[in-house]
Amino acid sequence: MWSAIIFLVFAFVAVVAAINLVVQTHPISSALSLIGVMGSLAVLYLLLGAEFIAAAQLVVYAGAIMVLFVFVIMLLNAGAENAKPIGSRAKYFGLPLLIAFLGIMSFVVQAVIPGGNNVVFGEYHAGPRDVGKALFTDYLLPFEVVSVLILIAIIGAIVLARKEID
Amino acid sequence: MLLWLIPILPFCGFLINGLLGRRMPKALVNVFAVGTVALSFAWVLKTVMQLGPIEKAYVEHYYTWIQSGALNIGLDFAVDRLSAVMLLIVTGVGLLIHIYATGYMAHEGGYYRFFAYMNLFMFFMLILVLAGNYLVLFVGWEGVGLCSYLLIGFYFLEKFATDAGNKAFIVNRIGDFGFSLALFFIVRQFGSLDFGTVFAKAQGMPTEASAGLITGICLLLLVGATGKSAQIPLFVWLPDAMAGPTPVSALIHAATMVTAGVYMTARSAPLYLHAPLAMEAVAIIGIATAFLAATIGLAQNDIKKVFAYSTVSQLGYMFVGVGTGAFGAGIFHLMTHAFFKALLFLGAGSVIHALSGEQDLRNMGGLRTKIPITFWTLLCASLAIAGVPFTSGFFSKDEILVSAYHYQPWIYWVGVVTAGMTAFYVFRAMFLAFFGKYRGHAHPHESPLSMTGPLMILALLSLGGGFINVPHWLEPMFPAAAEASGESWPMYVASFAGLFGIFMAWLFYVAQPKLADQFAGAMGILYKAVYNKYFVDEIYDATVVEPLVQGSRTVLWRGMDAGVIDGLVNAIGARSRGVGGILRRLQAGNVRGYAAWVVFGCVLLLIVIGLGTGGAK
Amino acid sequence: MNGVPLSWYLILSTVLFALGIAGFLYRRNIITMFMSIELMLNAVNLTFVAFSYKLRQVDGHIFTFFVMVVAAAEAAVGLAIILTVFKNRQTLEIDEVSSMKY
Repeated sequence: MWSAIIFLVFAFVAVVAAINLVVQTHPISSALSLIGVMGSLAVLYLLLGAEFIAAAQLVVYAGAIMVLFVFVIMLLNAGAENAKPIGSRAKYFGLPLLIAFLGIMSFVVQAVIPGGNNVVFGEYHAGPRDVGKALFTDYLLPFEVVSVLILIAIIGAIVLARKEID
Repeated sequence: MLLWLIPILPFCGFLINGLLGRRMPKALVNVFAVGTVALSFAWVLKTVMQLGPIEKAYVEHYYTWIQSGALNIGLDFAVDRLSAVMLLIVTGVGLLIHIYATGYMAHEGGYYRFFAYMNLFMFFMLILVLAGNYLVLFVGWEGVGLCSYLLIGFYFLEKFATDAGNKAFIVNRIGDFGFSLALFFIVRQFGSLDFGTVFAKAQGMPTEASAGLITGICLLLLVGATGKSAQIPLFVWLPDAMAGPTPVSALIHAATMVTAGVYMTARSAPLYLHAPLAMEAVAIIGIATAFLAATIGLAQNDIKKVFAYSTVSQLGYMFVGVGTGAFGAGIFHLMTHAFFKALLFLGAGSVIHALSGEQDLRNMGGLRTKIPITFWTLLCASLAIAGVPFTSGFFSKDEILVSAYHYQPWIYWVGVVTAGMTAFYVFRAMFLAFFGKYRGHAHPHESPLSMTGPLMILALLSLGGGFINVPHWLEPMFPAAAEASGESWPMYVASFAGLFGIFMAWLFYVAQPKLADQFAGAMGILYKAVYNKYFVDEIYDATVVEPLVQGSRTVLWRGMDAGVIDGLVNAIGARSRGVGGILRRLQAGNVRGYAAWVVFGCVLLLIVIGLGTGGAK
Repeated sequence: MNGVPLSWYLILSTVLFALGIAGFLYRRNIITMFMSIELMLNAVNLTFVAFSYKLRQVDGHIFTFFVMVVAAAEAAVGLAIILTVFKNRQTLEIDEVSSMKY
């Protein structure tokens, strides 16, 4: 029962924060809302028994990536967005599309997953030991490739954002 | 016997003069042009003498041209008595005209080109005469049409010359269409185009069953002949063809090409003898043309035009000859006509040359003393064409008229009147040009020997050629019609008509010059009609040419070509542009728009998958 | 009640994903659009972990791990690009950056 309550609370927080992200005009407010989303998601991961992922989410995502976002927003001194009336195409086309998407997905989900599967806290959990074992045996190649990817991203970011040398 | 040498020699002349002639001196061009024709003539003589009295056609088969199912057409040359006569005429008169042309064209530009074309013409004409089947004959037929076009339009910078060339070729084509249809029917009926095979089969056919189809074939052959030999209704190209140099008029439009129709009809005699209706058509067209052309010739002022209409008229006589069954007489007249008509044209050329280009009879006169050789030779020709007794024309024309009398008397009487008119207009030209006072402004001088030499030879032939008994020679091929019926009065009446014509011409143009104009004035409308050649060209223009051109322009060009075909292609292009124009609006540079499209596609995909799995469930 | 039905996690994930799409389509600020992308990635991560639980396998976690790594790299490079765009165009509106059009 407790897991249900925790789930509902933090799911609610996540959704509200997400809506806030979409609705807010100033990017810094959106960034803080996103951090809220990530935090709630970390708790949900814990409920699902993903200990390592929950920690990684907080450390990497909320701690590093979002901080980077905030840095850039401060650097660019981005201001609030000018309010522009929503385009007719967006209004009449986009909203129904979203709702359709939601509806279909929910329907599919309900159809595919029978209602009986319940997530019970504690029945399954995978800590760093399990993740590490899989990472360095079965998924060794993707691991190495991803490290190369990070290297490329570093070099790319430096090259793109550096000052022109005259 | 190497028959192929006969046409190949002039062809070599064509190649050498055509390809290299530009850089050769005139003397060298002459050597090849005249020399090859002379060698060809010599070879013809040798062949004819070697073959002697030919009983069966001597055929040389070179290679199989078309082999299709049961149809087998080879490249065959054949010589029989008829071809022998034609060969001698073509090469002999051709040689004389080539020699004449070296003098006449001496000051013209494009000298080598002229002789190249003339040699090419000889090549095709000899192929036509030597042909052993209808298809090879057709090759020669078309080839001489081509050369006629090239030579008529020789002065290609003059529009009326090129127009005349076009006219000749196009009108010929109409005739050729009839000829082609005839060929198809012959193949269908007899399974072959070979003369020997076709005629043998035709002999063996029962008359009633075959009458319809053979009559059709013969009538179609007649259409071809009217095109090539300038009979009604396709004679309109011949007077315009006078735009070409005079030797061309002499060779092609008097002596050889225009006689191809007569030759072809005579060659097809076995077919025609089975189609009396077609022969009657030939005779009627012949006499109608002869009469009509003679009337037009009465009023023309250009000396070459007079002789052109005279050619049309005389060709009509030849058709009467073959149409009434006297094939031999028709060919005989073909030969004598070659002599005196070539002489008339060459002589006219000599006169024109003497007067530095003047062709209008009204500006001539009194040339008798100034260019005597031309005068005397032309006089011989005029006597021959008028049918003065014992000239060549007398013998040949009388044979035809007698045969016509025994066929259908009315043709004979029309022929007699035409003979009178023939004499009249020829001597009108003679008197206007050579008698009286000189009315022009040039300095007449006699032509060089290269021109007068052939004139003299032809004059002798015109006078004495009648004694070459061609019908007798051709008798094994064309059994003489019942001409030996004793009556000789038709002959006397015809001769008298000729002499009467000469007398009338003398009266109108020498004794009482004013009489001509008074008469013309008195005849009023009739004279105007005749002078304007019965407005035939104008009528054809209005009824055939204009509708065709306008129809082509509006329907075929604007409607079909520009409208439909271009429209279709342009529409495809426009449609592509339209679709592209619509599609490019997707590329608006708007990232959010792109994202929206991605989401849209994603939703679509989900629907598809959802329906798929939902259905599977 | 013995826990939460798995489908709820998935529906939550769907809702977050849809909100991410909405944010991407409706916002004009480039950085906000970027953050919406991050939101979408997070939603997908949740799905992966949920299924990892259902299948009692660790592979979903591994996948989530890789998604996070890629998101980090993407954020680094993407923000560098945004910086460059800002330097050249002096604007952070996505509609102004639209010169590649017909």
